[in-house]
Amino acid sequence: MALISVKDLHVYLGESHVLQGISFEVPEGGVTALLGRNGVGKTTTLRAMLGLVPRRGSVSLAGEELNRLPTHSIVRLGIGYVPEDRDVFAGLTVDENLRLAERNGNPRYELVYELFPELKTRGGQKAGTLSGGQQQMVAIARALLNDNPVLLVDEPTKGLAPLLVTEVAAALERAAELATVLLVEQNLAVVARVAQQVVVLDGGRVVHTGGAKELLGDPERIRALLGVHGGSA
Amino acid sequence: MSTFILLTVTGLGLGAMYFLIASGLSLIYGLMGVLNFAHGAFLTVGAYAAWETSTHVGGGQGTKLLVGALAGLAAGTLLAALVELLLIRPLYRRPIEQVLVTVGLALVLGALVEAIWGFDARQFPVPSWLIDTTTIFGANIPNDRFLEIATATLVLIGLTAFLRYTRYGLIIRAGVENRAMVTALGIDVRRAFTLVFALGGLAAALAGVLSGVYFGAVDPGRGTSLLIFAFIVVVIGGFGSIGGTAVSAVVVGLIQQYANYYASSGLGDLAVVLLLAVVLLLKPEGLSPRVAH
Repeated sequence: MALISVKDLHVYLGESHVLQGISFEVPEGGVTALLGRNGVGKTTTLRAMLGLVPRRGSVSLAGEELNRLPTHSIVRLGIGYVPEDRDVFAGLTVDENLRLAERNGNPRYELVYELFPELKTRGGQKAGTLSGGQQQMVAIARALLNDNPVLLVDEPTKGLAPLLVTEVAAALERAAELATVLLVEQNLAVVARVAQQVVVLDGGRVVHTGGAKELLGDPERIRALLGVHGGSA
Repeated sequence: MSTFILLTVTGLGLGAMYFLIASGLSLIYGLMGVLNFAHGAFLTVGAYAAWETSTHVGGGQGTKLLVGALAGLAAGTLLAALVELLLIRPLYRRPIEQVLVTVGLALVLGALVEAIWGFDARQFPVPSWLIDTTTIFGANIPNDRFLEIATATLVLIGLTAFLRYTRYGLIIRAGVENRAMVTALGIDVRRAFTLVFALGGLAAALAGVLSGVYFGAVDPGRGTSLLIFAFIVVVIGGFGSIGGTAVSAVVVGLIQQYANYYASSGLGDLAVVLLLAVVLLLKPEGLSPRVAH
């Protein structure tokens, strides 16, 4: 059964019709990867699901319609969000970034520090002075801190060194044991490692849905849908 | 030397008032992106509420001032919170209309004050010990200057502690950086908006009361005239930065006093505008980055 259902979602940004009635479902558990070339609307899809951009259509979580709710109420239903470019609060310390993300009296600091021990030692450091990889750890940690049944993760390996990509992929695998993950990712090696389902966008429309293994095992199809040979989309 | 000390303390007193008005203005813009032209009206209403209440209170001037001040602060805080809830909140996604509403509100409140209390200045209750002077290195300094400086210092310490050590302070500091991301963490940032407006109204009303003490009277144009300098202070200090606002307020207050005395009377305002131009040319983002601290 689908945990998240997106139906006929439209987004206009200025004059641009970015999402042109996309529909897809995300099954409960595991990782569903949202793929596509640059600029096809992957990030906008996540932002629209959270109400961060004006949208039309339907998004439901476990049968509950989200489109009439403000962003903070949608998130409080149990959605963790890791935005593209991390969006950590540069002027706040690592500890403050995490404290801000706490939504209940039972934050999962043990889990966060187990995945990213570095965050414990850098708690007093301003997030703006961290490296890109460390900032990504903060962004993922904020989403994992609460017991969210759903995580929306937007290009978590973007711009990271190979070693950090492996570390982030491991964190995603662990996160997928705890929550349903909708992942926007350009790195197909990461997708192959963590995702079970894929949804491919092109020109603001869904052009393919199915199993990750099936798509990634078909180079011709990858080239046709994503315009790449493999490794990154 | 004594003249220099008198000018410095007077400049600091003036800077203290600028800081009280500008701190709220800065936080409101930093967090919400609202350029609040009605902020001066919060000051005026706070000052008049203080004066009006003091006329109904028995006892000495000190009692009148204290009770009046409490009423003034309550009026400024309540007015600001109501403005946010009733006028700003319905227009969150319409920034141009928000600015227009604050402009209209400033005009309406100014006209209301004039209609109720008239155009003439009203003498403010100032106890004699505040009018008396204290001699420091030969300079006879009116005691009210020390009250203004001490009050602004306490507000600066209180605001800084609030921003640094409370949950709402954390939300405001984060919101000044990236409001959308704060909501994406599941935080209802609208409450912080109302709180910031209320705090801004409180500080502006406090400035209104202290300006009554400083000038010995209140008049309907007080809020508007001080608001202009508060805007300059905020631009120089950097929107959203309490520390930058404090430094900027002191610099503006001092430059105004020094230029008026050492150059020519009336040149103080021009000197401040020149300072603004220099800062905008060299450091357009202001003295401090857009981070609430």
